[in-house]
Amino acid sequence: MKKLSLLSLLILVVRRDLILAMRRRADVLTTLFFFVMVVSLFPLGVGPEMDMLRKMAPGVLWVAALLASMLSLGRLFSADYLDGTLEQMLLAPQSLSLLVLGKMAAHWMVSGLPLALMTPVLGLQFDMSVEAIGVLMLTLILGTPILSMIGAIGAALTLGLRGGGVLLSLLVLPLCIPVLIFGTGAVQAVTSGLNVSAHLSLMGALLLLALVFTPWVTAQALRISME
Amino acid sequence: MAINWFKYSAPTTFYPLAGKLIPWFAVSSAILFAIGLYIGFVIAPADATQGEFYRIIFIHVPSSIISMFLYLIMAAYAALGLIFNTRLSSMMASAIAPTGALFAFISLWTGALWGKPMWGAWWVWDARLTSELILLFLYLGFIALHASIDDPRRADRAAALLALVGSVNVPIIYFSVKWWNTLHQGSTIKYSGTSMHVAMQQAMFTMLAACWLYAITIALMRVRSIILEREKNTKWITELAEVK
Repeated sequence: MKKLSLLSLLILVVRRDLILAMRRRADVLTTLFFFVMVVSLFPLGVGPEMDMLRKMAPGVLWVAALLASMLSLGRLFSADYLDGTLEQMLLAPQSLSLLVLGKMAAHWMVSGLPLALMTPVLGLQFDMSVEAIGVLMLTLILGTPILSMIGAIGAALTLGLRGGGVLLSLLVLPLCIPVLIFGTGAVQAVTSGLNVSAHLSLMGALLLLALVFTPWVTAQALRISME
Repeated sequence: MAINWFKYSAPTTFYPLAGKLIPWFAVSSAILFAIGLYIGFVIAPADATQGEFYRIIFIHVPSSIISMFLYLIMAAYAALGLIFNTRLSSMMASAIAPTGALFAFISLWTGALWGKPMWGAWWVWDARLTSELILLFLYLGFIALHASIDDPRRADRAAALLALVGSVNVPIIYFSVKWWNTLHQGSTIKYSGTSMHVAMQQAMFTMLAACWLYAITIALMRVRSIILEREKNTKWITELAEVK
């Protein structure tokens, strides 16, 4: 058997998951539509005053992104679990953490990245300024991978449980609060004319921390769930 | 002389030990509650600015402190269970969780009762209140995950991992919420001394000790029930006097 380098292994897993996601495009689009729909419901719920909507926009978009990513987390491992692929991954000689990292990256590309790319349109609905939209997009691009990674821990722990989806949100949402705070904080800072670098740096720090620890923790969680 | 440190790490030996300890903890907790409440409500003077309302701190502060420490203790037991695969540690972790959640809830509730006359609102989005609420969510997540897995061994290990992830996250959450908003009054008891009246301090520390003893009593009682439930098919359980 040819020995794979770490990077090519990572690319292999990401590509496999992306191909699988593309074969089931409806799933990806459902998450995106959910995001758009939740965001569009807020003006209907709280009234069309532009001043208020402009203030609420970062929070609304972030909370909607959080909920949308929860929605797609259930599928992160379940298909592989059901058809036995996950068991093969656990038995594989390659590092499980790396395989998990690949799955997280693919999950982010199909569930987090589209949301971030969609924000400019939704931001205009809420009458946000161009630079605020730019910062919001940046925080979403930095923050949604963290959601995918923390969420993967929850997805691994609740693998194969009944009512796993609701439980998953219950476990993961409290852990995502820092991301939400720094994400919306950056946008509020830019709209009130302050420097955003502090928020963005903290967000980047969280991303790095998550990048180092979550693949390993998720791998441990998978071993617990699969034994 | 070789001491067997792990003698009481087996449910078989711990069960009778806990049974012997419970009355002591329970009685001393009750006595301290009586003393603490007496000092707090009768001896301690009314506060200069907050009048009689401040007396709720004798419940509020101990329950906040304990709710936070119990999470760490729970996570530590969970880690022991995960690393050394000891059954009793995991049982202790799941025995502590409901008590921790209870104290977090009491802390939020009494905080709301205090906030209404002081801040004019039952709830404000202040950093400490919010992090206490998140702590309650973390407890509930632990309990919910444990409850939804049928196999107790898997439940122990999965919940332990969650508790550890939570305890790593607690400082991050705490500081992010703190930078987000702060309205709560700062700590009155600092290492450099305190501005509190002596009787208030005495009442508070007595209540703190009483709440600790209560928490230990309840955790031991609950762990005994868990041992009985999990080990019900073993021989030593069927030979217990209370089971016969």
